[in-house]
Amino acid sequence: MDVTFLLNGETVALTDVPATATLLDYLREERRLCGTKEGCNEGDCGACTVMIADSRGARALNACILFLPQLNGKSVRTVEGLRGPDGALHPVQEEMIAHHGSQCGFCTPGFVMSMATAHLNGARDHDDQVAGNLCRCTGYAPIIRAAEAAAERPVPDWLGAGETPPPAIPAERMPTTADALASVYDAHPDATLIAGATDVGLWVTKGMRDLDDVIFLDACQDLKGIEITDDTIRVGAMVRMSELRAAIGAIHPSYAEMIRRYGSEQVRNAATIGGNIANGSPIGDNPPALIALGATLHLRAGEARREMPLESFFLDYGKQDRRAGEFVEAVSWARAPDLLKCYKLSKRFDQDISAVCGCFNITVEDGHVQQARIAFGGMAAIPKRAQNVEAALVRARWDAKGIAPALKAFDADFTPIDDMRASGVYRLEAARAMLARALAEDEGEVTSVLAVHP
Amino acid sequence: MSVSRPLPHDAAALHVTGAARYVDDIPVPADCLHLAFGLSGIAHGRITALDLDAVRAAPGVVAVLTADDLPFANDVSPSNHDEPLLVSGHVHYVGQPVFAVVAVSHHAARRAARLGKISCDPLPALLELDEALAADSRFEDGPRIYEQGDAKGAIAAAPVVIEDSFELGGQEHFYLEGQAALVLPQENGDMLVHSSTQHPSEIQHKVADALGLSMHGVRVETRRMGGGFGGKESQGNQLAVACAVAARLTGRPCKMRYDRDDDMVITGKRHDFRIRYRAGFDQEGRIMGVDFVHLVRCGWAQDLSLPVADRAMLHADNAYFLPAARIESHRLRTNTQSATAFRGFGGPQGMVGIERVMDHAAHVLGLDPVEIRRRNYYAAAREGGSAPRPEASPRSISGKRKTSEARNLTPYGMEVEDFILHEMTERLLQDAGYAARRTAIAEWNRTHPHVRRGLGFSPVKFGISFTLTHLNQAGALVHVYQDGSVHLNHGGTEMGQGLFQKVAQVAAARFGIDLAQVRITATDTAKVPNTSATAASSGSDLNGMAVKAACDEIRGRMAAFLAESHQSDPAGVVFENGHVQVGGARYTFAEAAALAYQGRVSLSATGFYKTPGLAWDRIRGAGRPFFYFAYGAALSEVAVDLLTGENRILRADILHDAGRSLNPALDIGQIEGGYVQGAGWLTTEELVWDGDGRLRTHAPSTYKIPACSDRPDIFNVALWDGDNREETIYRSKAVGEPPFMLGISAWLALSDAVSGCGAAYPALNAPATPEELWRAIGRARDGV
Repeated sequence: MDVTFLLNGETVALTDVPATATLLDYLREERRLCGTKEGCNEGDCGACTVMIADSRGARALNACILFLPQLNGKSVRTVEGLRGPDGALHPVQEEMIAHHGSQCGFCTPGFVMSMATAHLNGARDHDDQVAGNLCRCTGYAPIIRAAEAAAERPVPDWLGAGETPPPAIPAERMPTTADALASVYDAHPDATLIAGATDVGLWVTKGMRDLDDVIFLDACQDLKGIEITDDTIRVGAMVRMSELRAAIGAIHPSYAEMIRRYGSEQVRNAATIGGNIANGSPIGDNPPALIALGATLHLRAGEARREMPLESFFLDYGKQDRRAGEFVEAVSWARAPDLLKCYKLSKRFDQDISAVCGCFNITVEDGHVQQARIAFGGMAAIPKRAQNVEAALVRARWDAKGIAPALKAFDADFTPIDDMRASGVYRLEAARAMLARALAEDEGEVTSVLAVHP
Repeated sequence: MSVSRPLPHDAAALHVTGAARYVDDIPVPADCLHLAFGLSGIAHGRITALDLDAVRAAPGVVAVLTADDLPFANDVSPSNHDEPLLVSGHVHYVGQPVFAVVAVSHHAARRAARLGKISCDPLPALLELDEALAADSRFEDGPRIYEQGDAKGAIAAAPVVIEDSFELGGQEHFYLEGQAALVLPQENGDMLVHSSTQHPSEIQHKVADALGLSMHGVRVETRRMGGGFGGKESQGNQLAVACAVAARLTGRPCKMRYDRDDDMVITGKRHDFRIRYRAGFDQEGRIMGVDFVHLVRCGWAQDLSLPVADRAMLHADNAYFLPAARIESHRLRTNTQSATAFRGFGGPQGMVGIERVMDHAAHVLGLDPVEIRRRNYYAAAREGGSAPRPEASPRSISGKRKTSEARNLTPYGMEVEDFILHEMTERLLQDAGYAARRTAIAEWNRTHPHVRRGLGFSPVKFGISFTLTHLNQAGALVHVYQDGSVHLNHGGTEMGQGLFQKVAQVAAARFGIDLAQVRITATDTAKVPNTSATAASSGSDLNGMAVKAACDEIRGRMAAFLAESHQSDPAGVVFENGHVQVGGARYTFAEAAALAYQGRVSLSATGFYKTPGLAWDRIRGAGRPFFYFAYGAALSEVAVDLLTGENRILRADILHDAGRSLNPALDIGQIEGGYVQGAGWLTTEELVWDGDGRLRTHAPSTYKIPACSDRPDIFNVALWDGDNREETIYRSKAVGEPPFMLGISAWLALSDAVSGCGAAYPALNAPATPEELWRAIGRARDGV
């Protein structure tokens, strides 16, 4: 494929690049820009973080799972391009030195790029901004001190003005509209669709798969919309998780808080809601929330469109109700007073895949449950509704005694497996505990350690 | 003076600009080849057939090596010659390198490596401790036992006896830079090796053996590592040796770096332990006797397991006087990765054992967990520092053990002469507001049914010195150029700990010059030979002293020369503030260097240091293995969700003893980082193997080191103000490993938080993942 982008201010035009050549390899091997490090080659450590900018702004991304065609028409800044034209250090770099934010230094360029991007965007939620950057030496405290100090200083003028990347080189496999996508996918139904590549990236870097027959979705502007009306919310398939989080923060705060812990800043800046649904993972965090909200999935193949309740899409492990040439266009749900509670359980709070993700949408009137939509990830081969639990809850009293039959009903809904994240027994008991937590939360109890402060 | 100043890391500006160069960043000649290993898919068996045709035919493959292709020693073991570079018939674990692919690119090599067909006759695999113990599969002929007094008798006579067994998981190093080596063939068959290693001399030694060369034919250079933590003490041998063999075969430069998943699957980790204990206490909470059994999972090869397991035994007392103790250590051989060095080197495991005993006893006796610890502390050091000690006398290890009334004798017969934890504990409790917070937390727990808080206190007393006594030596090479700039080299390696900066500060202080005049250079076996690994926290103690010796030698020559030319006394020549004062004259250091050069004075010197006073018999467990002890104390506060077991650290207060710190900023960095790494070991970091011996947590997606928000919200770290009583470099103390064990306080805080859920002791295992906390809550409530 042919791609063009701006690299540290300089226009790069590449011809015939393999579809799955990564930016990290290009930087290190072709350009000898070795400041960007390979720490894990799967998007989990952040040592390869770079700043990518386009008309939607600047964001931090992991270069190890970023394919060169995804950069078409964008601007790339690496640690080598962070200093001013006169060699002046960026405020983040200066503060990292002043606060002893580096020890072995290997993770440092990645941190610096995450921090510089956050600094540019005015973000001050430092812990979240660098949750995708692992450091094994410092214990993070000096890095956050540096971030806090840098936040008091202005964006340097050499970064503030922004820059205009060259226009993307058009290509059939990089459609710019949903119609064009429908057409090319209809003609090549065996092609692999690549949205944010946070999953497909690993097929290449870890599975070492050859993916020549691909379609990149990132240029499809009309799949990136979030429409919020009085009646419905409709989210285009290519909406990134960071964008979804921002859009629903006030509407579904618990869902947004769950997304805060979903992947990392770099992953949320790449991962899309459509990708998270379409890949059918039993441990994706969006489907349980969306199923609990009663979401509808919108699929399209060619000119044909169909829709279905989201839970019907997931048939079995790795098997979805998606026909040849069909792609996820959007997901939508009806507006209603927000009752959604999302509980993500993992060994580590940030950037960890859920052992169990439980989402509860329970309507209570006069002390009794009127309606309940409850769905879980990590409890079955697919994201799955807890239908027996729901049935046991409806019309029951919303108190400790009232939910007792529902707690028992979990056994009928789920037989989770043992794996490296959790045992099946614990998963089942934790799922029950989440229902108890939902009740306790309504009763005004402190139920999360994240809400406890020294 | 440049020592004791909180200067940034010497490479900080290089780090933040991406200009710091690691092995994989070194420019290589265009014909450089790249290696990848083909790995065993089974835990134990005999290879019956190796079909590598597809590997050889894969794009970009230049050569494929098996054990049969190795010209000389097929061994990368740092100890027992039991670790072949490539499998020779017998496979010992899932992930063992069976063959090596040499190809034109890293990716070509990795891709081709997956195409090998390895046929095996599987043999029964020993994966678990119980299996290995039952099969008597072990290193050494039987368990090691260290004994002081009659532990069983003392326990039998005690009014309160506790006993239990618990699991203590291992830990992946997760250095951010994976293992890497680059070998450049030189004329005459010599090799230049760039290795990400804590132990360049070991790399030199193993490469020489593998190529049939003398050590002078191999030069190893290490500028920096992207983290080591013990994981690069021996685990880099495999890559360097493979590259050297391939470079010899092809005549081309060869490079190898492990992909993260390969790194985690191939290399060793911290030893996991099961610790059984039985301990007797009096009613006031004073320990009367304790009996420990350490079951140590060493993995398939010996590596450094014996000294690791020894050090665990040597820290089974931590800070407590044990009137009678028995420690029995089984070094079990299993079909898993060969467990290796990791920050603390067994010390943390030993320490967790006795801290668990204290925690359990406090629960049973209804004593405050800090109070029971203080009652059991070693006797306080006498004022005024230690008396001068002669070189160790053999008597100290062969003589009859005295039963100490003084409460300062360790179970291995060494007297603790520098114990400062009484004062440190008092200060920490005051500064952290312990008493008031205890009350506040009790109130919180009374009023919050779902989220409980807990406090955990743990002291650290960590022995400083390699227990293999001959390793306690170091060399340095210092040049002063005629322009007054200084070139500094020593045997220590830089892995982020700031060793180079500390040592440069020493050199600058000796010459009285600005730090900018001192250039720190890559560790190089051609400059300083026969070095020990940068390990055991010894880096600045040993190399700082060696550099001091070299600098003082040159300074002495300069002083003698200048004094002579000014008819004054050499002892009166002063080196400070960038100048040399001699008689009435005052020269810049550069002028003085130029004069000395013109006066034909050698401005280059080596320096050497060996730690005094050590004598240790590891078989008998007797003597003086340590020069001194480093101390620390930590108080952690946590919150635990009783419904799911989710938990987090809210606050940590730390007081740590770095002696007269060479660089307080770097030392505090070691303490903050050590605490978080130690807490991670005992909380989120869980290694999981499946029933076939496959490591299932082989990437950061599944193995969870602490992330940014896992550090305590409030994180107070202070240095104890005091000199090392021993004569160390500027009276500083080693600081690499000791703070790691401060993280034990977080684990104890979790135990504290859930111990009030029911009447029973929660018997927390490690790592305390949410699931383990959930189980512990169940045990506390149900008493099972």
